[in-house]
Amino acid sequence: MSGEEKVVLHGMWASPYAKRVEIALKLKGIPYEYVEEDLLNGKSEALLKHNPVHQKVPVLVHNGKPVIESCIILEYIDETWKSSGHALFPQEDTYRRARVRFWADFIQRQLLEKFIVTITAVGEAREEAIKELRKNMELLEEGLRVNFFPEGIPQYHFDDQKNVRFLDITMCAFFGLHKAQSEFVRTTEIIDLQRTPLVFSWVESLKEVPVVKEVLPPHDEVVNLLRGFRQNAVGSSPQV
Amino acid sequence: MAEQVKVLGSWGSPFSKRVELALKLKCVNYECIEQDLANKSQLLLDYNPVHKKIPVLIHNGKPIVESLVILEYIDETWRHNSIFPHDPYEKAMARFWAKFIDEKCNEGVWKIMWCKEEERGKLVEEVLQHFGTLEGQLKDKKFFGGEEIGMVDIAANFIGYWLGLVQEAIGMELVTRDKFPVLCRWMDEFVGHSVVKPILPPRDELLAIFKARFNATAWEY
Repeated sequence: MSGEEKVVLHGMWASPYAKRVEIALKLKGIPYEYVEEDLLNGKSEALLKHNPVHQKVPVLVHNGKPVIESCIILEYIDETWKSSGHALFPQEDTYRRARVRFWADFIQRQLLEKFIVTITAVGEAREEAIKELRKNMELLEEGLRVNFFPEGIPQYHFDDQKNVRFLDITMCAFFGLHKAQSEFVRTTEIIDLQRTPLVFSWVESLKEVPVVKEVLPPHDEVVNLLRGFRQNAVGSSPQV
Repeated sequence: MAEQVKVLGSWGSPFSKRVELALKLKCVNYECIEQDLANKSQLLLDYNPVHKKIPVLIHNGKPIVESLVILEYIDETWRHNSIFPHDPYEKAMARFWAKFIDEKCNEGVWKIMWCKEEERGKLVEEVLQHFGTLEGQLKDKKFFGGEEIGMVDIAANFIGYWLGLVQEAIGMELVTRDKFPVLCRWMDEFVGHSVVKPILPPRDELLAIFKARFNATAWEY
């Protein structure tokens, strides 16, 4: 890697997608410049130039070339900085790579996006989303056990940062804040210790990894942010 | 051990055909096991318990699901005749456009097919914008992949073939030659490609199914 490398990350303090990229860059020890974007009040010209299609964060700009979408950025980081830090993806086993990609997509579409519906929807749509979120977390429990941790997660497993990889990052960048998120789902915990013990211990141990701890936003700020979103959703609807 | 490659698919499904196209481009022999989606087989439920959907690629007994994940697997497992660019940046771009095609273009058309009349105008405007953005990626290239078909072309297969039939079935033109000349030129190249053409589902049968489905929902214009 030459001394001319320039890496800029356009992110936002509460964006789990941006957090994924930050965690990956830090784990691999890649120096970068961070640009905080104010998504509501004025996106930077650089952001609009580098991501004209979606105008969203994160955008990783590597030597002037933009890469967009957090999971795509993580693959790009792993493929570009092969000798920095440790590999984020399985290297030789293509079947395992496929399993990792499948579950990353599951976490994104069946968990993260469902949670967002529980915040932004009202009435029946919200109740349905809460039910699906719970069901999907149980599917993740099974998937995790069958594919990645058949013997459970060894104690101190994530004390070795080399064990924090793509799927771990994809999950903990958002659900590392599950306690804050659970305050908005009323009768249920997002990640229930009794029903999904493996997912619970997975996320709880990942939260303690120094790089993750450093990057995740504080609990109270997330609660305030979610409260704001929830009030917007409820405020504009007769149903709750 | 003799390699065993099976595809659980459906003759009319673009997602299924993505997988078949990639395997054919790589000259990998496979067996296609037709699935009745109204009456899902135990095989499908066993190999895709989470989503219970096709396509499923079964390689030496191990299942891989989700068409874009399968395409990555195929390219990484059978390394000749790459469908992905080698350069990490170009590869990231290919992944981005494949996702854009699924989430914005295909999903956009799907929403129009099933939306209420009052929502249609806005949805059409949005999807036309997305098609314009996608067309901008072609410029003067023969395919999204350059001189040869690549991952993005495979991902765009619904646009390449199925979209025309959907438009005919619902009596609506979204992508027309005067509005999207470059995209239409790509569609001609795509369906005429020597590997693509033989595996496309029969036009008349597919059109009949779309027409029946839309007549049943009393779509009106």
